[in-house]
Amino acid sequence: MIRFLKYTWFQVGSFGLLLALVPLVVTNRYYLNVMIFIGIHTLLVVGLNLLMGYAGQISLGHAAFFGLGAYTSGVLTATYKLSPWPAMVIAVVLTVAVALLVGVPALKLTGYYLAMATLGFGIIVYICFKELVWLTGGPSGLVGIPKLSIGTVVLDEPRTYYYLVWAITLGAIVLSLNIVDSRVGRALRAIHDSEPAARASGIYTARLKIWVFVVSAIYASVAGSLYAHFITFISPSSFDFMFSIKLVTMVVVGGMASIWGAVFGAATLTVLPEVLAVFHDFDIVIFGLILMVVMIFMPQGLTRGALDLWEKYRLQRDVAGGSLSGG
Amino acid sequence: MMVEEMNAPLLKADNLSKSFGGIHAVRQVSFEVPTGQIKGIIGPNGAGKTTLFNLITGFYAADAGAIYFNGRTLDGLVPHQVAERGVARTFQNVELFDRMTVLENVMVGRHPKSRAGFISAAFRLSHARREENNIINKATEILNFIGLSERAASPSTSLPFGLQRVLEIGRALATDPLLLLLDEPASGLNAGETRELGRLICRIRDSGITVVLVEHDMSLTMEVCDQILVMDYGRTLAEGSPRDIQQDPEVIAAYLGDEPLA
Amino acid sequence: MDLSSQILQYVISGITNGAIYAVIALGFTIIYNSTEVINFAQGEFVMLGGMAVIALDGNGHLPLGFSFLLAVLAVTLVGIALERFTIRPAKSSNPIALIIITVGASIFLRGLAMMFWGKDSLGLRAFTGSSPIHFGGATLIPQSLWVLGVTVVVMAALQFFYKHTITGKAMRACAFNRRAAGLVGIGVNRMVMVSFALSAAIGAAAGIVIVPITLCGYDVGIMLGLKGFCAAVLGGLGSSPGSILGGFLLGVLEALGAGLISSGFKDAIAFFVLLLVLFLRPSGLLGSKEVKRF
Repeated sequence: MIRFLKYTWFQVGSFGLLLALVPLVVTNRYYLNVMIFIGIHTLLVVGLNLLMGYAGQISLGHAAFFGLGAYTSGVLTATYKLSPWPAMVIAVVLTVAVALLVGVPALKLTGYYLAMATLGFGIIVYICFKELVWLTGGPSGLVGIPKLSIGTVVLDEPRTYYYLVWAITLGAIVLSLNIVDSRVGRALRAIHDSEPAARASGIYTARLKIWVFVVSAIYASVAGSLYAHFITFISPSSFDFMFSIKLVTMVVVGGMASIWGAVFGAATLTVLPEVLAVFHDFDIVIFGLILMVVMIFMPQGLTRGALDLWEKYRLQRDVAGGSLSGG
Repeated sequence: MMVEEMNAPLLKADNLSKSFGGIHAVRQVSFEVPTGQIKGIIGPNGAGKTTLFNLITGFYAADAGAIYFNGRTLDGLVPHQVAERGVARTFQNVELFDRMTVLENVMVGRHPKSRAGFISAAFRLSHARREENNIINKATEILNFIGLSERAASPSTSLPFGLQRVLEIGRALATDPLLLLLDEPASGLNAGETRELGRLICRIRDSGITVVLVEHDMSLTMEVCDQILVMDYGRTLAEGSPRDIQQDPEVIAAYLGDEPLA
Repeated sequence: MDLSSQILQYVISGITNGAIYAVIALGFTIIYNSTEVINFAQGEFVMLGGMAVIALDGNGHLPLGFSFLLAVLAVTLVGIALERFTIRPAKSSNPIALIIITVGASIFLRGLAMMFWGKDSLGLRAFTGSSPIHFGGATLIPQSLWVLGVTVVVMAALQFFYKHTITGKAMRACAFNRRAAGLVGIGVNRMVMVSFALSAAIGAAAGIVIVPITLCGYDVGIMLGLKGFCAAVLGGLGSSPGSILGGFLLGVLEALGAGLISSGFKDAIAFFVLLLVLFLRPSGLLGSKEVKRF
């Protein structure tokens, strides 16, 4: 067990070191911005993965929590001139309250019915962002969100913000790795594998599902606040149904129930649209095509799928090599 | 401890009834399980045996009647609360956690005996780490007891079916139960595995845990049980020692056909 | 206009929209019953129907009826292709994977539509005249009658298909119990394909009749699809009469809510109803299948 712990720390440590070195090599603002988005998406996906990958509960409305974080931070700081850090805390508290309000009735449902309930919730929140013009600025968005600062240092350079985002995201990854490999983490996985057996083993599954829903909502809320203070302008379209779907896809593409898979999924699906942008209007066609192909042929996600393909290739090569030497 | 309490049955079902739609799965069933015994419940398919287990463990609520465990009623409790009171169970179609190792499956069973929540797990607080070590020790102890310690790190799905049943019992034992309910533990096992299982069940009883088993396999039931309850169409048909049951004409007629039991 | 004629006006427009929701909900139901897949590309069938008929009508001098049939046929082929190339080869029956596949298909179709027809909303002439009919203080445009008429024809045709044709009966058997249907020799795969074809065809028909009223753009599919889906849940997922009831009810509720409360929140009403139904009565108004709740 001690060795395993060290192993995890080794992974986290080397990943952190790698991340710390990136801005020393990459000075291009555009690339740094993409890296910041990857960090924010990773935070979202790691949280969603606790809910979906580990506890096996679908959420098709996670963009709503991301949006709640972003809009609460945005409105409190831009309109009411509150300083960003307390605003972020208030955003988390508000998100927790909403997550409880929705989660308590919704998590009594399973499978498609839970998917539908979270979908409906997500769209209602999106419509509120759009229609509560006096509060959110409506479809044209909310402007004038200040940059974050630590003490007197304003984090207005991509490089400094990069470090902030990834420090928080890395922290969230560590917390998630700890949760997954604990009594709570086992209980979550138990719910996914067999809910009756989990209950018979003394797990209060109903409550645990609500807690993991709340935890994943907190991750999303913090990600939302970081997003708002980064681009300083938010509009409802960033928090629509398609974004919820994109988050689910990041979880699945990376591979369910794998924290590092979540990082990979977030990175892949953040970079992909940027790459596809060269195709202009073709980009969404290609994006849709990729979603379908990956899910049809590698439903366990790209990481697992690629490993399977590699295994297959090696087997075939070995067989071919064997017959060659035999003949 | 008072003498009355010592003699009080560990589990007592009083006039239990449960129906689904128009079907009476369990009809006015009463029985007692004394502490330290192995009680068998037999009956043809659809006799209401599994429903009885689901009533005791809180998966279903009874339409009428009451269940007393360790002197207190189980009425209104949901499964995890029943487990916390000290009732553990297995399932007819083995319900293991497929994506976990053998050891982890048993570790889940320690859930009701441990406390760590999200916060202490996320920050690896010292009491959570201590607790985790205790869980591992206890789970390892149980794997030794059921003879699976060499497979501790294997995925649970890699075990042959017979050992999966044993592992499920191990997970149930990890909750430190006073009462263990086994739902057809021998189904799908060969004769050798069944004998092995019988020995394990006796060792569990000898360690102080009361056992109730629902079973089709006559050899197992007759060999290990102290008392047998026979159910048919949701009702109690007979109750007594294995010897009495073997000779009960009503049981022979209703369930075993014309031939007496071997 | 006084309040009562205003309400009458809302109900009329609600019934018109509701008819479309009902047909889309039926499309969900047909596919759900044969595969247990929720096809998130359902709304794209409606969009494709609308876009196709606009393209056919604008291109030459084809009679509208002919364009109508041709558009339905084309979208039906799209439905068949969708089943053949995405649902059938899918290795997983995991709902999450299937949801993402159909969402991927929906994005793909939307993207294709945008490439072909651009980003502008397009319109179509009304089938027969456009002078409104007055009654009871409210007005009714003739196209609304076409919408209702086509909806009724679609429902009657489906009813006939399910009750009186061998394929229809086989599909009902599949919906009831796929394994048993397979055992008695029903080609379950073929039934799944037929269900996608049917669902695409009626979706396209709905898309075509509504175009003269609402216009059509490459991106109308998502909202229409999701609302049809709310209607299906409201009525009871898997129940055909439920889908029809749910569709009309949702249309009327939405129109009344938009008119009397707030038009901005019109779209939220459907989803609010969806949440209420799921939390209070997840099997829907007419659903019979037991919903998995703990």
